[in-house]
Amino acid sequence: MSASVIPLAHQEEWVQPYHGTVAMLALIVAETAIFMIFVVAYIYYIGKSISGPQPRQVLELPIFNTVCLLSSSFTIWLAERALKKSAMGAFNLWWALTVVLGATFLGGTGLEWKKLIYHDGLTISTNLFGTTFYSLVGLHASHVIIGLTMLSLVLLFSLAGKVKSEHAKQLEVLSLYWHFVDGVWVVVFTVVYIIGR
Amino acid sequence: MADSTLPIGSAIDLTPPSGVYETWLETVNSWVTTVDHKKIGLMYIAYAAIFLLVGGFEAILLRIQLAVPHNNFLSPEVFNRIFTMHGTTMVFLMGMPLIIGFANYLVPLMIGARDMAFPRMNAFSFWMTALGGLMLYYSFIGGVGLQGAGSAPDVTWWAYAPLTERAFSRGHSTDYWALSLIVSGFGTIGAAVNIIATTICMRCKGMTMFRMPLLAWLYLVVSGMILVTISPLTAAQIMLCIDRYLGGHFFDSQAGGAPVVWAHFFWIFGHPEVYVLVLPAFAIANEIIPVFSRKAIFGYPAMVAASAGIGVISLSVWAHHMFTVGMTASQNAFFVLSTGLVGVPTGIKIFNWIATMWGGKIRFATPMLFCSAFLIQFLFAGLTGIMLSTAPWNWQLHNSYFVIAHFHYVLVGAIVFCFFGGFYYWYPKMTGRMLNERLGKWHFWLFVIGFHVCFDLMHIPGLMGMPRSIYTYEPGRGWDTLNFIVSVGGMIQGVATAIFVYNLVYSFFKGEVAGPDPWDGWTLEWATSSPPPEYNFATAPVVMSRRPLWDLKHPEDPDYRYE
Repeated sequence: MSASVIPLAHQEEWVQPYHGTVAMLALIVAETAIFMIFVVAYIYYIGKSISGPQPRQVLELPIFNTVCLLSSSFTIWLAERALKKSAMGAFNLWWALTVVLGATFLGGTGLEWKKLIYHDGLTISTNLFGTTFYSLVGLHASHVIIGLTMLSLVLLFSLAGKVKSEHAKQLEVLSLYWHFVDGVWVVVFTVVYIIGR
Repeated sequence: MADSTLPIGSAIDLTPPSGVYETWLETVNSWVTTVDHKKIGLMYIAYAAIFLLVGGFEAILLRIQLAVPHNNFLSPEVFNRIFTMHGTTMVFLMGMPLIIGFANYLVPLMIGARDMAFPRMNAFSFWMTALGGLMLYYSFIGGVGLQGAGSAPDVTWWAYAPLTERAFSRGHSTDYWALSLIVSGFGTIGAAVNIIATTICMRCKGMTMFRMPLLAWLYLVVSGMILVTISPLTAAQIMLCIDRYLGGHFFDSQAGGAPVVWAHFFWIFGHPEVYVLVLPAFAIANEIIPVFSRKAIFGYPAMVAASAGIGVISLSVWAHHMFTVGMTASQNAFFVLSTGLVGVPTGIKIFNWIATMWGGKIRFATPMLFCSAFLIQFLFAGLTGIMLSTAPWNWQLHNSYFVIAHFHYVLVGAIVFCFFGGFYYWYPKMTGRMLNERLGKWHFWLFVIGFHVCFDLMHIPGLMGMPRSIYTYEPGRGWDTLNFIVSVGGMIQGVATAIFVYNLVYSFFKGEVAGPDPWDGWTLEWATSSPPPEYNFATAPVVMSRRPLWDLKHPEDPDYRYE
């Protein structure tokens, strides 16, 4: 049998999803599972500490922090929109504001932990509340740190003039991660500061 | 027209491979720095094969100890370490790398892609997995710690709290265990993300989702399961590390923590993990059975749906490992029924495989022999599974050798058998040479005999009350002869595996040259040369049906007329 020719029926365009987006969505599924286990542990251990301090005595609602983090989701969306229009000045402004808002959130968490440790004497080994609180909030904060590192890198590249509108697809992947980090905070906030208090 | 082998002119590139290396250092360098999915896949497979031998050697040690009552071959402490290492090795260092290795090698070839979606992340995942394995085995040297505690981990592979807490597990062995599973878990999650992105985004022109080979479909399902099963294990291991290093109280009952929480978290990982390992075995059967029956797979959409169904149902069955912890009646009922439900999609698969073979022109080459034995053995394993999923039966037989026999029937009788079949089927593609068929028949028959002598009889001491994880037993309970025969069966499997390893090495140098398409296959990996060049396909393939090579070989009666 001689070499065959493959019949050409598929003349229409062959489009598949962007692999970066698909991979980030898959990663988000995996991260969600990790957070779910920590959230379940937190909820299961509410009120099971056999010594103080209890959440009601020491936790305060981090309203300012929450507003900062959630609004950074809005600013990163504005930055992406600016990038698609190649408005680089606006992009830099909104992207920098996102970094500032994220950093403010992280600083706020740092101050909260400082008060809890030095003023209230709550550490990760004090009681079950300490163990579950620091690990859940700390897991989220470590995700904020990773996100901030990547956002800052992009900001540096952008200030050096290396980011162009053709990178919109890649930055969309990063912003997807950032939206996820913000979304997780809504769950953590509800569980730790509302249900758990 | 009769079945004929290729040449497909457009797909095979006849230029000689460029990568001819001068010194052995250059060769090593080319493997260590590679981002080629085939080389990474082969490294995964070699890594898994090495740990298969290590884990198998540990199993032989355990069986020597248990062959006769009051044996002093291993001390109780060493016995605990060896069976912990055997379980951990076989699941995490043999099973997971093996399934990922085959996926790495085959998925891009089968969907007509040039590489995985993220080649660098692919290499990163492999080296993370490799680091995990080295860390676990380093515990033999570094696990002693300052307290002079035991070397390797001895907490069993499910590592129930509070045995793993600092107070009860001195030294560093448990730390090595937890850290190595976290590290190799990151590698596994990276590989799963990569496989998902590859199957969804890298298919060649014309390959719609429902024209993908079933192997690619099953690996897509498996990767989705890995995302939601390995992650909880990672989370639980992080909690364990917080307990051990930072004085946390997650599983510390003295501070209000609940050890049963560990059991839940572990089995939320642990049960779907079995399906993560067995679905790739199904995937291999899905490719081998049709080719050796000379028929297209029966019920392709039903196979896809059944695989996805197994994936979803398996997430809700974990507590059938925990009937004896004392759950409420409604919880027990839920987990009994959900476990029984897994039997439905699995049954669909078995019927589809039989229907594929039915009326086919079956060739019993070694790959098909392994897959035929798999069908029968997997059915038996499923039946004892349904027995164990019934709560009252489980209360009676929990932690007995009946359980050991059941899950080895799945892990060896289904998974190892299919992967042996997969080795014989794809070795020609990977190396360019056939595995020796004579040695293959010896390997198969010895292994099948050893398997049944070992694991069929192992059910009986379990029914007679022999508990698992004991290092020895008293004579006169009726377990003696059975245990001796079981140990002999274990040795026979060891001999069969040695023949297999010899065959791998012998055929690499002396095997018959395979050519691109030795089995008269139908999927795209057979359209390129053996072994494939680094870029896989010289021109990007275009497909119009589920069996692109059938269409090429039979232009008068192509599949796409019927699909």
